[in-house]
Amino acid sequence: MRRRITVCLLRAGMLLCAALTCLLLLFLIGYLLCQGLPGITWKFLTSQTSYIQNSIGILPNILNTLYLIFVSMLVVIPLGIGAAVYLTEYASHQRLVRAISFAVETLTGIPSIIFGLVGMLFFIQLLGLRQGILAGGLTLAIMVLPTVISNTKESLLSVPQAYREGALALGSGKWHMVRTVVLPNAMDGILTGCLLAVGRITGESAALLFTAGFGLKLLDFATALQSSSATLTVALYVYASEEGKYDVAFSIAVILMAVTLLINLSAEIMAKRLKRKKG
Amino acid sequence: MQAIIQTEHLNLWYGEHQALHDINMEIGANRITALIGPSGCGKTTFLKTINRMSDLVPNCRIEGSVQYNGKDIFAKDVDVTQLRTKIGMVFQKANPFPMSIYDNIAYGPRLQGIRSRAELDEIVEISLKNAAIWDETKDRLKKSALSLSGGQQQRLCIARSLAVRPDVLLMDEPTSALDPISTGKIEELALALKQNYTIVMVTHNMQQAARISDQTAFFLLGELIECGDTETLFSTPQDNRTEAYITGRFG
Repeated sequence: MRRRITVCLLRAGMLLCAALTCLLLLFLIGYLLCQGLPGITWKFLTSQTSYIQNSIGILPNILNTLYLIFVSMLVVIPLGIGAAVYLTEYASHQRLVRAISFAVETLTGIPSIIFGLVGMLFFIQLLGLRQGILAGGLTLAIMVLPTVISNTKESLLSVPQAYREGALALGSGKWHMVRTVVLPNAMDGILTGCLLAVGRITGESAALLFTAGFGLKLLDFATALQSSSATLTVALYVYASEEGKYDVAFSIAVILMAVTLLINLSAEIMAKRLKRKKG
Repeated sequence: MQAIIQTEHLNLWYGEHQALHDINMEIGANRITALIGPSGCGKTTFLKTINRMSDLVPNCRIEGSVQYNGKDIFAKDVDVTQLRTKIGMVFQKANPFPMSIYDNIAYGPRLQGIRSRAELDEIVEISLKNAAIWDETKDRLKKSALSLSGGQQQRLCIARSLAVRPDVLLMDEPTSALDPISTGKIEELALALKQNYTIVMVTHNMQQAARISDQTAFFLLGELIECGDTETLFSTPQDNRTEAYITGRFG
Protein backbone atom coordinates (compact mmCIF):
# COMPACT_ATOMS: atom_id res chain seq x y z
CA MET A 1 0.00 0.00 0.00
CA ARG A 2 2.69 2.39 1.05
CA ARG A 3 4.64 1.55 -2.02
CA ARG A 4 1.72 2.37 -4.22
CA ILE A 5 1.33 5.74 -2.61
CA THR A 6 5.02 6.46 -3.15
CA VAL A 7 4.75 5.52 -6.79
CA CYS A 8 1.69 7.73 -7.16
CA LEU A 9 3.40 10.65 -5.49
CA LEU A 10 6.53 10.22 -7.58
CA ARG A 11 4.51 10.13 -10.73
CA ALA A 12 2.57 13.22 -9.74
CA GLY A 13 5.81 15.00 -8.88
CA MET A 14 7.33 14.21 -12.24
CA LEU A 15 4.19 15.29 -14.04
CA LEU A 16 4.30 18.55 -12.14
CA CYS A 17 7.92 19.13 -13.15
CA ALA A 18 7.11 18.48 -16.79
CA ALA A 19 4.06 20.72 -16.64
CA LEU A 20 6.08 23.49 -14.98
CA THR A 21 8.69 23.34 -17.72
CA CYS A 22 6.04 23.63 -20.41
CA LEU A 23 4.26 26.42 -18.57
CA LEU A 24 7.50 28.31 -18.16
CA LEU A 25 8.15 28.11 -21.87
CA LEU A 26 4.59 29.12 -22.73
CA PHE A 27 4.77 32.02 -20.27
CA LEU A 28 8.07 33.16 -21.75
CA ILE A 29 6.77 33.05 -25.30
CA GLY A 30 3.44 34.62 -24.34
CA TYR A 31 5.06 37.41 -22.36
CA LEU A 32 7.52 38.15 -25.18
CA LEU A 33 4.75 38.20 -27.77
CA CYS A 34 2.53 40.47 -25.64
CA GLN A 35 5.35 42.91 -25.00
CA GLY A 36 7.09 42.76 -28.34
CA LEU A 37 4.50 42.12 -31.03
CA PRO A 38 2.80 45.55 -30.93
CA GLY A 39 6.10 47.27 -31.66
CA ILE A 40 6.80 45.33 -34.83
CA THR A 41 5.66 47.46 -37.74
CA TRP A 42 6.78 47.62 -41.33
CA LYS A 43 8.63 50.82 -40.61
CA PHE A 44 10.37 49.27 -37.60
CA LEU A 45 11.73 46.52 -39.81
CA THR A 46 12.73 48.65 -42.79
CA SER A 47 14.21 51.86 -41.41
CA GLN A 48 17.08 52.94 -39.26
CA THR A 49 16.94 54.68 -35.93
CA SER A 50 16.78 58.44 -36.26
CA TYR A 51 17.06 60.72 -33.23
CA ILE A 52 15.90 63.72 -35.22
CA GLN A 53 12.69 62.06 -36.26
CA ASN A 54 12.59 60.26 -32.96
CA SER A 55 11.89 56.95 -34.73
CA ILE A 56 13.42 53.55 -34.18
CA GLY A 57 14.18 51.03 -36.89
CA ILE A 58 16.23 47.85 -36.87
CA LEU A 59 17.01 47.38 -40.55
CA PRO A 60 20.74 48.05 -39.94
CA ASN A 61 20.81 45.35 -37.28
CA ILE A 62 19.02 42.83 -39.48
CA LEU A 63 21.54 43.52 -42.22
CA ASN A 64 24.46 43.37 -39.81
CA THR A 65 23.28 39.98 -38.61
CA LEU A 66 23.15 38.73 -42.20
CA TYR A 67 26.59 40.23 -42.96
CA LEU A 68 27.99 38.54 -39.90
CA ILE A 69 26.50 35.16 -40.82
CA PHE A 70 27.91 35.54 -44.32
CA VAL A 71 31.44 36.39 -43.17
CA SER A 72 31.55 33.69 -40.51
CA MET A 73 30.21 30.97 -42.75
CA LEU A 74 32.53 31.97 -45.55
CA VAL A 75 35.41 31.19 -43.22
CA VAL A 76 33.97 28.33 -41.25
CA ILE A 77 32.56 26.15 -44.05
CA PRO A 78 35.80 25.47 -45.92
CA LEU A 79 37.85 25.40 -42.73
CA GLY A 80 35.51 23.18 -40.73
CA ILE A 81 34.68 20.72 -43.50
CA GLY A 82 38.31 20.60 -44.57
CA ALA A 83 39.46 19.85 -41.04
CA ALA A 84 36.83 17.16 -40.57
CA VAL A 85 37.68 15.50 -43.88
CA TYR A 86 41.34 15.54 -42.98
CA LEU A 87 40.71 14.06 -39.54
CA THR A 88 38.45 11.25 -40.73
CA GLU A 89 39.80 10.40 -44.16
CA TYR A 90 43.45 11.35 -44.32
CA ALA A 91 45.12 11.62 -40.93
CA SER A 92 46.94 8.40 -40.15
CA HIS A 93 48.55 9.48 -36.92
CA GLN A 94 45.94 8.37 -34.37
CA ARG A 95 47.55 10.23 -31.49
CA LEU A 96 47.38 13.50 -33.41
CA VAL A 97 43.76 12.90 -34.40
CA ARG A 98 42.80 12.27 -30.79
CA ALA A 99 44.63 15.38 -29.64
CA ILE A 100 42.89 17.54 -32.24
CA SER A 101 39.51 16.00 -31.50
CA PHE A 102 40.02 16.68 -27.81
CA ALA A 103 40.97 20.28 -28.53
CA VAL A 104 37.88 20.69 -30.70
CA GLU A 105 35.62 19.31 -27.97
CA THR A 106 37.18 21.57 -25.39
CA LEU A 107 36.68 24.60 -27.61
CA THR A 108 32.93 23.90 -27.63
CA GLY A 109 32.75 24.36 -23.88
CA ILE A 110 34.51 27.71 -23.63
CA PRO A 111 32.21 30.63 -22.72
CA SER A 112 31.65 32.88 -25.70
CA ILE A 113 32.82 36.03 -23.94
CA ILE A 114 36.31 34.55 -23.86
CA PHE A 115 36.23 34.15 -27.63
CA GLY A 116 35.23 37.83 -27.73
CA LEU A 117 38.12 38.87 -25.54
CA VAL A 118 40.67 36.85 -27.49
CA GLY A 119 39.13 37.99 -30.76
CA MET A 120 39.50 41.60 -29.73
CA LEU A 121 43.10 41.18 -28.59
CA PHE A 122 44.10 39.19 -31.66
CA PHE A 123 42.14 40.67 -34.55
CA ILE A 124 41.85 44.25 -33.33
CA GLN A 125 44.89 44.92 -31.15
CA LEU A 126 47.37 42.66 -32.88
CA LEU A 127 46.24 42.60 -36.51
CA GLY A 128 44.92 46.13 -36.43
CA LEU A 129 41.41 45.48 -37.74
CA ARG A 130 38.76 48.02 -36.81
CA GLN A 131 35.84 47.03 -34.66
CA GLY A 132 33.26 45.72 -37.11
CA ILE A 133 31.72 42.82 -38.96
CA LEU A 134 35.05 41.45 -40.15
CA ALA A 135 36.58 41.18 -36.67
CA GLY A 136 33.27 39.92 -35.27
CA GLY A 137 32.76 37.44 -38.07
CA LEU A 138 36.25 35.99 -37.74
CA THR A 139 35.79 35.66 -33.98
CA LEU A 140 32.48 33.88 -34.36
CA ALA A 141 33.96 31.67 -37.08
CA ILE A 142 36.45 30.38 -34.52
CA MET A 143 33.66 30.00 -32.00
CA VAL A 144 31.42 27.85 -34.20
CA LEU A 145 34.26 25.97 -35.87
CA PRO A 146 34.04 23.07 -33.38
CA THR A 147 30.30 22.67 -34.03
CA VAL A 148 30.87 22.37 -37.76
CA ILE A 149 33.89 20.10 -37.38
CA SER A 150 32.27 17.66 -35.00
CA ASN A 151 28.98 17.47 -36.93
CA THR A 152 30.82 16.95 -40.19
CA LYS A 153 33.13 14.39 -38.63
CA GLU A 154 30.25 12.41 -37.23
CA SER A 155 28.40 12.29 -40.50
CA LEU A 156 31.56 11.36 -42.41
CA LEU A 157 32.09 8.48 -40.00
CA SER A 158 28.52 7.31 -40.58
CA VAL A 159 29.20 6.78 -44.30
CA PRO A 160 29.61 2.99 -44.66
CA GLN A 161 33.17 1.82 -45.13
CA ALA A 162 31.88 -0.41 -47.95
CA TYR A 163 31.26 2.67 -50.12
CA ARG A 164 34.86 3.75 -49.70
CA GLU A 165 36.16 0.28 -50.50
CA GLY A 166 33.87 0.07 -53.52
CA ALA A 167 35.17 3.35 -54.90
CA LEU A 168 38.83 2.53 -54.26
CA ALA A 169 38.44 -0.92 -55.81
CA LEU A 170 37.23 0.77 -59.00
CA GLY A 171 40.51 2.63 -59.19
CA SER A 172 39.38 5.84 -57.57
CA GLY A 173 41.97 8.01 -55.89
CA LYS A 174 41.39 9.15 -52.35
CA TRP A 175 40.21 12.66 -53.10
CA HIS A 176 37.94 11.49 -55.89
CA MET A 177 36.43 8.97 -53.50
CA VAL A 178 35.87 11.64 -50.85
CA ARG A 179 34.32 14.01 -53.38
CA THR A 180 32.02 11.58 -55.18
CA VAL A 181 31.05 9.04 -52.56
CA VAL A 182 31.82 10.21 -49.04
CA LEU A 183 30.84 13.90 -49.04
CA PRO A 184 27.52 13.50 -50.90
CA ASN A 185 26.47 10.85 -48.42
CA ALA A 186 27.46 12.96 -45.46
CA MET A 187 25.71 16.07 -46.77
CA ASP A 188 22.76 15.93 -44.36
CA GLY A 189 24.97 16.01 -41.28
CA ILE A 190 27.21 18.67 -42.77
CA LEU A 191 24.27 20.94 -43.61
CA THR A 192 22.70 20.38 -40.22
CA GLY A 193 25.98 21.36 -38.57
CA CYS A 194 26.20 24.51 -40.68
CA LEU A 195 22.63 25.50 -39.87
CA LEU A 196 23.27 24.97 -36.17
CA ALA A 197 26.29 27.22 -36.57
CA VAL A 198 24.11 29.88 -38.25
CA GLY A 199 21.72 29.60 -35.32
CA ARG A 200 24.50 30.14 -32.83
CA ILE A 201 25.84 33.12 -34.76
CA THR A 202 22.39 34.67 -34.87
CA GLY A 203 21.95 34.28 -31.14
CA GLU A 204 25.45 35.32 -30.08
CA SER A 205 25.96 38.57 -28.21
CA ALA A 206 28.75 38.42 -25.68
CA ALA A 207 31.56 37.69 -28.13
CA LEU A 208 30.40 40.54 -30.35
CA LEU A 209 30.44 43.28 -27.72
CA PHE A 210 34.22 43.54 -28.01
CA THR A 211 34.60 42.74 -31.65
CA ALA A 212 31.71 43.91 -33.82
CA GLY A 213 30.68 46.88 -31.75
CA PHE A 214 27.48 48.80 -31.04
CA GLY A 215 26.93 50.93 -34.16
CA LEU A 216 23.28 51.39 -35.12
CA LYS A 217 23.80 53.19 -38.42
CA LEU A 218 22.74 51.72 -41.75
CA LEU A 219 25.89 50.64 -43.62
CA ASP A 220 26.60 48.74 -46.78
CA PHE A 221 28.48 45.47 -46.53
CA ALA A 222 31.93 46.80 -47.42
CA THR A 223 31.72 49.65 -44.91
CA ALA A 224 30.23 47.49 -42.19
CA LEU A 225 33.21 45.14 -42.36
CA GLN A 226 35.39 47.75 -40.72
CA SER A 227 32.87 49.86 -38.77
CA SER A 228 31.19 49.29 -35.47
CA SER A 229 27.97 47.43 -36.28
CA ALA A 230 25.45 45.98 -33.87
CA THR A 231 23.67 42.75 -34.74
CA LEU A 232 20.11 42.12 -33.56
CA THR A 233 21.23 40.62 -30.27
CA VAL A 234 23.67 43.42 -29.53
CA ALA A 235 21.04 45.98 -30.52
CA LEU A 236 18.67 44.34 -28.05
CA TYR A 237 21.28 44.85 -25.35
CA VAL A 238 21.94 48.45 -26.38
CA TYR A 239 18.28 49.48 -26.49
CA ALA A 240 17.49 47.80 -23.20
CA SER A 241 20.48 48.70 -21.07
CA GLU A 242 21.80 51.95 -22.53
CA GLU A 243 18.59 53.60 -23.60
CA GLY A 244 16.01 51.91 -21.41
CA LYS A 245 13.78 51.22 -24.39
CA TYR A 246 12.43 47.88 -23.25
CA ASP A 247 9.60 47.81 -25.78
CA VAL A 248 12.16 47.89 -28.62
CA ALA A 249 14.19 45.17 -26.91
CA PHE A 250 11.11 42.99 -26.65
CA SER A 251 10.27 43.49 -30.32
CA ILE A 252 13.78 42.44 -31.28
CA ALA A 253 13.49 39.46 -28.98
CA VAL A 254 10.34 38.30 -30.77
CA ILE A 255 12.10 38.55 -34.12
CA LEU A 256 15.15 36.69 -32.84
CA MET A 257 12.99 33.97 -31.42
CA ALA A 258 11.12 33.55 -34.69
CA VAL A 259 14.35 33.46 -36.70
CA THR A 260 15.97 30.92 -34.40
CA LEU A 261 12.87 28.75 -34.56
CA LEU A 262 12.92 28.96 -38.33
CA ILE A 263 16.58 27.97 -38.54
CA ASN A 264 16.16 25.02 -36.22
CA LEU A 265 13.06 23.84 -38.03
CA SER A 266 14.73 24.03 -41.42
CA ALA A 267 17.74 22.12 -40.07
CA GLU A 268 15.42 19.38 -38.93
CA ILE A 269 13.41 19.30 -42.14
CA MET A 270 16.54 19.26 -44.27
CA ALA A 271 18.06 16.40 -42.29
CA LYS A 272 14.85 14.40 -42.63
CA ARG A 273 14.41 15.04 -46.32
CA LEU A 274 17.99 14.13 -47.15
CA LYS A 275 17.73 10.97 -45.11
CA ARG A 276 14.60 9.94 -46.97
CA LYS A 277 16.25 10.62 -50.31
CA LYS A 278 19.18 8.47 -49.36
CA GLY A 279 17.08 5.48 -48.35
CA MET B 1 48.50 -22.92 -67.90
CA GLN B 2 49.57 -19.35 -68.42
CA ALA B 3 49.90 -17.54 -65.09
CA ILE B 4 48.56 -14.00 -64.91
CA ILE B 5 49.23 -13.60 -61.20
CA GLN B 6 52.13 -15.14 -59.38
CA THR B 7 53.15 -14.81 -55.75
CA GLU B 8 56.58 -15.64 -54.39
CA HIS B 9 57.36 -16.02 -50.71
CA LEU B 10 54.49 -13.74 -49.80
CA ASN B 11 54.38 -12.99 -46.08
CA LEU B 12 51.93 -10.57 -44.50
CA TRP B 13 51.65 -9.23 -40.97
CA TYR B 14 48.89 -7.28 -39.25
CA GLY B 15 50.97 -5.62 -36.56
CA GLU B 16 52.60 -8.54 -34.73
CA HIS B 17 50.25 -11.15 -36.10
CA GLN B 18 51.43 -12.98 -39.19
CA ALA B 19 48.40 -13.61 -41.39
CA LEU B 20 50.09 -15.11 -44.44
CA HIS B 21 53.08 -17.46 -44.39
CA ASP B 22 55.27 -17.86 -47.43
CA ILE B 23 52.58 -18.14 -50.10
CA ASN B 24 53.84 -19.35 -53.49
CA MET B 25 51.04 -19.59 -55.96
CA GLU B 26 50.19 -19.16 -59.61
CA ILE B 27 46.81 -18.06 -60.85
CA GLY B 28 45.99 -19.02 -64.41
CA ALA B 29 44.53 -16.61 -66.92
CA ASN B 30 40.91 -17.10 -68.00
CA ARG B 31 40.22 -19.60 -65.29
CA ILE B 32 38.27 -19.56 -62.08
CA THR B 33 40.44 -20.05 -59.04
CA ALA B 34 38.66 -20.85 -55.80
CA LEU B 35 40.24 -20.06 -52.43
CA ILE B 36 38.86 -22.28 -49.70
CA GLY B 37 39.61 -22.79 -46.04
CA PRO B 38 38.11 -22.18 -42.60
CA SER B 39 37.37 -18.66 -41.34
CA GLY B 40 40.45 -16.66 -40.46
CA CYS B 41 42.75 -18.79 -42.61
CA GLY B 42 43.96 -15.83 -44.65
CA LYS B 43 42.11 -16.39 -47.91
CA THR B 44 40.41 -12.98 -47.88
CA THR B 45 43.67 -11.36 -46.81
CA PHE B 46 45.38 -13.04 -49.74
CA LEU B 47 42.65 -11.86 -52.09
CA LYS B 48 42.94 -8.27 -50.88
CA THR B 49 46.69 -8.33 -51.36
CA ILE B 50 46.30 -9.03 -55.07
CA ASN B 51 44.85 -5.59 -55.83
CA ARG B 52 46.51 -3.90 -52.88
CA MET B 53 43.30 -3.25 -50.99
CA SER B 54 45.54 -4.40 -48.14
CA ASP B 55 47.06 -0.92 -48.29
CA LEU B 56 43.96 0.34 -46.47
CA VAL B 57 44.68 -1.73 -43.38
CA PRO B 58 46.81 0.18 -40.88
CA ASN B 59 49.92 -1.62 -39.60
CA CYS B 60 49.87 -4.08 -42.47
CA ARG B 61 53.34 -5.19 -43.57
CA ILE B 62 54.12 -7.26 -46.64
CA GLU B 63 57.23 -9.17 -47.73
CA GLY B 64 57.83 -11.16 -50.86
CA SER B 65 56.35 -10.42 -54.24
CA VAL B 66 53.05 -10.48 -56.07
CA GLN B 67 53.43 -10.31 -59.82
CA TYR B 68 50.75 -9.32 -62.23
CA ASN B 69 51.71 -10.04 -65.85
CA GLY B 70 55.25 -10.50 -64.65
CA LYS B 71 55.50 -7.14 -62.90
CA ASP B 72 55.74 -6.70 -59.12
CA ILE B 73 52.64 -4.83 -57.93
CA PHE B 74 54.49 -3.47 -54.90
CA ALA B 75 57.18 -1.85 -57.02
CA LYS B 76 57.60 1.88 -56.43
CA ASP B 77 56.52 2.93 -59.92
CA VAL B 78 53.20 1.08 -59.80
CA ASP B 79 50.13 3.29 -59.80
CA VAL B 80 47.72 1.65 -57.36
CA THR B 81 44.63 3.19 -58.92
CA GLN B 82 45.72 1.90 -62.32
CA LEU B 83 46.33 -1.54 -60.85
CA ARG B 84 42.86 -1.62 -59.34
CA THR B 85 41.22 -0.84 -62.66
CA LYS B 86 42.97 -3.92 -64.05
CA ILE B 87 42.23 -6.08 -61.03
CA GLY B 88 38.66 -5.38 -59.94
CA MET B 89 36.96 -6.53 -56.78
CA VAL B 90 33.50 -7.67 -55.75
CA PHE B 91 32.83 -7.69 -52.02
CA GLN B 92 31.12 -10.12 -49.70
CA LYS B 93 28.26 -7.74 -49.09
CA ALA B 94 26.98 -6.00 -52.19
CA ASN B 95 27.99 -2.36 -51.90
CA PRO B 96 26.31 -0.33 -54.63
CA PHE B 97 26.68 3.41 -54.13
CA PRO B 98 23.48 5.17 -53.10
CA MET B 99 22.97 6.64 -56.55
CA SER B 100 21.16 5.54 -59.67
CA ILE B 101 21.89 2.22 -61.37
CA TYR B 102 23.29 4.12 -64.33
CA ASP B 103 25.60 6.28 -62.20
CA ASN B 104 26.86 3.22 -60.36
CA ILE B 105 28.01 1.63 -63.59
CA ALA B 106 29.30 4.90 -65.02
CA TYR B 107 31.35 5.66 -61.90
CA GLY B 108 34.46 3.83 -63.07
CA PRO B 109 34.38 4.99 -66.72
CA ARG B 110 33.80 8.59 -65.63
CA LEU B 111 36.79 8.24 -63.34
CA GLN B 112 38.84 7.33 -66.39
CA GLY B 113 37.72 10.53 -68.03
CA ILE B 114 34.95 9.26 -70.30
CA ARG B 115 32.38 12.06 -70.53
CA SER B 116 30.56 11.41 -73.77
CA ARG B 117 26.96 10.46 -73.12
CA ALA B 118 26.78 8.01 -76.02
CA GLU B 119 29.94 6.25 -74.96
CA LEU B 120 28.77 5.97 -71.36
CA ASP B 121 25.37 4.67 -72.48
CA GLU B 122 27.11 1.97 -74.44
CA ILE B 123 29.42 0.96 -71.59
CA VAL B 124 26.51 0.83 -69.16
CA GLU B 125 24.50 -1.38 -71.46
CA ILE B 126 27.36 -3.74 -72.25
CA SER B 127 28.41 -4.04 -68.61
CA LEU B 128 24.87 -4.76 -67.45
CA LYS B 129 24.43 -7.31 -70.23
CA ASN B 130 27.72 -8.99 -69.35
CA ALA B 131 26.60 -9.21 -65.74
CA ALA B 132 23.27 -10.70 -66.88
CA ILE B 133 21.19 -8.00 -65.26
CA TRP B 134 20.34 -5.82 -68.26
CA ASP B 135 16.81 -7.18 -68.72
CA GLU B 136 15.94 -6.49 -65.10
CA THR B 137 17.31 -2.96 -65.07
CA LYS B 138 17.01 -1.50 -68.56
CA ASP B 139 13.72 0.25 -67.76
CA ARG B 140 14.86 1.70 -64.47
CA LEU B 141 18.41 2.88 -65.03
CA LYS B 142 17.63 6.18 -63.32
CA LYS B 143 16.25 4.46 -60.21
CA SER B 144 18.34 4.11 -57.07
CA ALA B 145 20.58 1.07 -57.04
CA LEU B 146 19.43 0.45 -53.48
CA SER B 147 15.96 -0.41 -54.76
CA LEU B 148 17.32 -3.66 -56.24
CA SER B 149 17.21 -6.98 -54.39
CA GLY B 150 20.35 -8.35 -52.72
CA GLY B 151 21.16 -10.70 -55.59
CA GLN B 152 20.56 -7.99 -58.17
CA GLN B 153 22.75 -5.59 -56.19
CA GLN B 154 25.57 -8.10 -56.24
CA ARG B 155 25.28 -8.53 -60.02
CA LEU B 156 25.15 -4.76 -60.33
CA CYS B 157 28.43 -4.59 -58.42
CA ILE B 158 29.91 -7.13 -60.80
CA ALA B 159 28.69 -5.01 -63.72
CA ARG B 160 30.22 -1.95 -62.09
CA SER B 161 33.56 -3.74 -61.87
CA LEU B 162 33.30 -4.89 -65.49
CA ALA B 163 32.66 -1.33 -66.66
CA VAL B 164 36.29 -0.37 -66.02
CA ARG B 165 37.41 -3.24 -68.29
CA PRO B 166 39.54 -5.23 -65.86
CA ASP B 167 41.54 -8.38 -66.63
CA VAL B 168 41.01 -9.98 -63.27
CA LEU B 169 37.97 -10.06 -61.01
CA LEU B 170 38.49 -10.79 -57.33
CA MET B 171 35.36 -12.01 -55.58
CA ASP B 172 35.21 -12.20 -51.80
CA GLU B 173 32.47 -14.69 -50.95
CA PRO B 174 30.14 -13.02 -53.43
CA THR B 175 27.22 -15.33 -52.72
CA SER B 176 27.45 -15.79 -48.95
CA ALA B 177 24.60 -13.35 -48.31
CA LEU B 178 22.39 -14.56 -51.16
CA ASP B 179 19.59 -17.08 -51.58
CA PRO B 180 20.16 -20.25 -53.68
CA ILE B 181 18.57 -18.83 -56.83
CA SER B 182 20.65 -15.66 -56.78
CA THR B 183 23.69 -17.77 -55.95
CA GLY B 184 23.00 -19.92 -59.00
CA LYS B 185 22.83 -16.84 -61.19
CA ILE B 186 26.14 -15.51 -59.91
CA GLU B 187 27.81 -18.88 -60.44
CA GLU B 188 26.47 -19.09 -63.97
CA LEU B 189 27.70 -15.57 -64.53
CA ALA B 190 31.18 -16.42 -63.26
CA LEU B 191 31.37 -19.36 -65.66
CA ALA B 192 30.36 -17.14 -68.57
CA LEU B 193 32.80 -14.39 -67.56
CA LYS B 194 35.88 -16.60 -67.52
CA GLN B 195 35.97 -16.47 -71.30
CA ASN B 196 37.24 -12.93 -71.02
CA TYR B 197 38.31 -12.52 -67.44
CA THR B 198 40.36 -14.25 -64.81
CA ILE B 199 38.34 -14.88 -61.68
CA VAL B 200 39.64 -15.47 -58.18
CA MET B 201 36.87 -16.31 -55.74
CA VAL B 202 36.94 -16.81 -52.01
CA THR B 203 34.22 -19.21 -50.96
CA HIS B 204 33.09 -21.00 -47.85
CA ASN B 205 31.02 -23.31 -49.92
CA MET B 206 32.96 -26.38 -50.97
CA GLN B 207 30.29 -27.49 -53.45
CA GLN B 208 30.53 -24.09 -55.06
CA ALA B 209 34.29 -24.42 -55.44
CA ALA B 210 33.89 -27.90 -56.91
CA ARG B 211 31.06 -26.80 -59.24
CA ILE B 212 32.61 -23.80 -60.91
CA SER B 213 36.34 -23.52 -60.33
CA ASP B 214 39.17 -24.85 -62.48
CA GLN B 215 41.79 -24.47 -59.83
CA THR B 216 41.42 -24.61 -56.04
CA ALA B 217 43.72 -23.39 -53.31
CA PHE B 218 43.29 -24.58 -49.73
CA PHE B 219 44.44 -22.22 -46.98
CA LEU B 220 44.87 -23.08 -43.33
CA LEU B 221 46.14 -20.77 -40.59
CA GLY B 222 47.74 -18.43 -43.11
CA GLU B 223 49.49 -21.14 -45.06
CA LEU B 224 48.77 -22.39 -48.53
CA ILE B 225 48.40 -26.12 -47.87
CA GLU B 226 47.58 -27.28 -51.34
CA CYS B 227 46.83 -25.78 -54.71
CA GLY B 228 45.92 -27.56 -57.90
CA ASP B 229 43.31 -28.65 -60.39
CA THR B 230 39.93 -28.57 -58.71
CA GLU B 231 39.06 -32.06 -59.82
CA THR B 232 42.33 -33.54 -58.59
CA LEU B 233 42.24 -31.63 -55.33
CA PHE B 234 38.76 -32.79 -54.48
CA SER B 235 39.22 -36.40 -55.64
CA THR B 236 42.77 -37.14 -54.56
CA PRO B 237 44.02 -34.49 -52.14
CA GLN B 238 47.76 -34.75 -51.51
CA ASP B 239 47.71 -33.42 -47.95
CA ASN B 240 45.63 -35.10 -45.27
CA ARG B 241 44.62 -31.73 -43.82
CA THR B 242 43.02 -30.92 -47.19
CA GLU B 243 41.26 -34.22 -47.15
CA ALA B 244 40.05 -33.64 -43.61
CA TYR B 245 38.68 -30.22 -44.57
CA ILE B 246 36.95 -31.15 -47.79
CA THR B 247 35.35 -34.19 -46.27
CA GLY B 248 33.99 -31.95 -43.55
CA ARG B 249 35.96 -33.22 -40.59
CA PHE B 250 36.68 -29.62 -39.48
CA GLY B 251 36.12 -26.05 -40.51
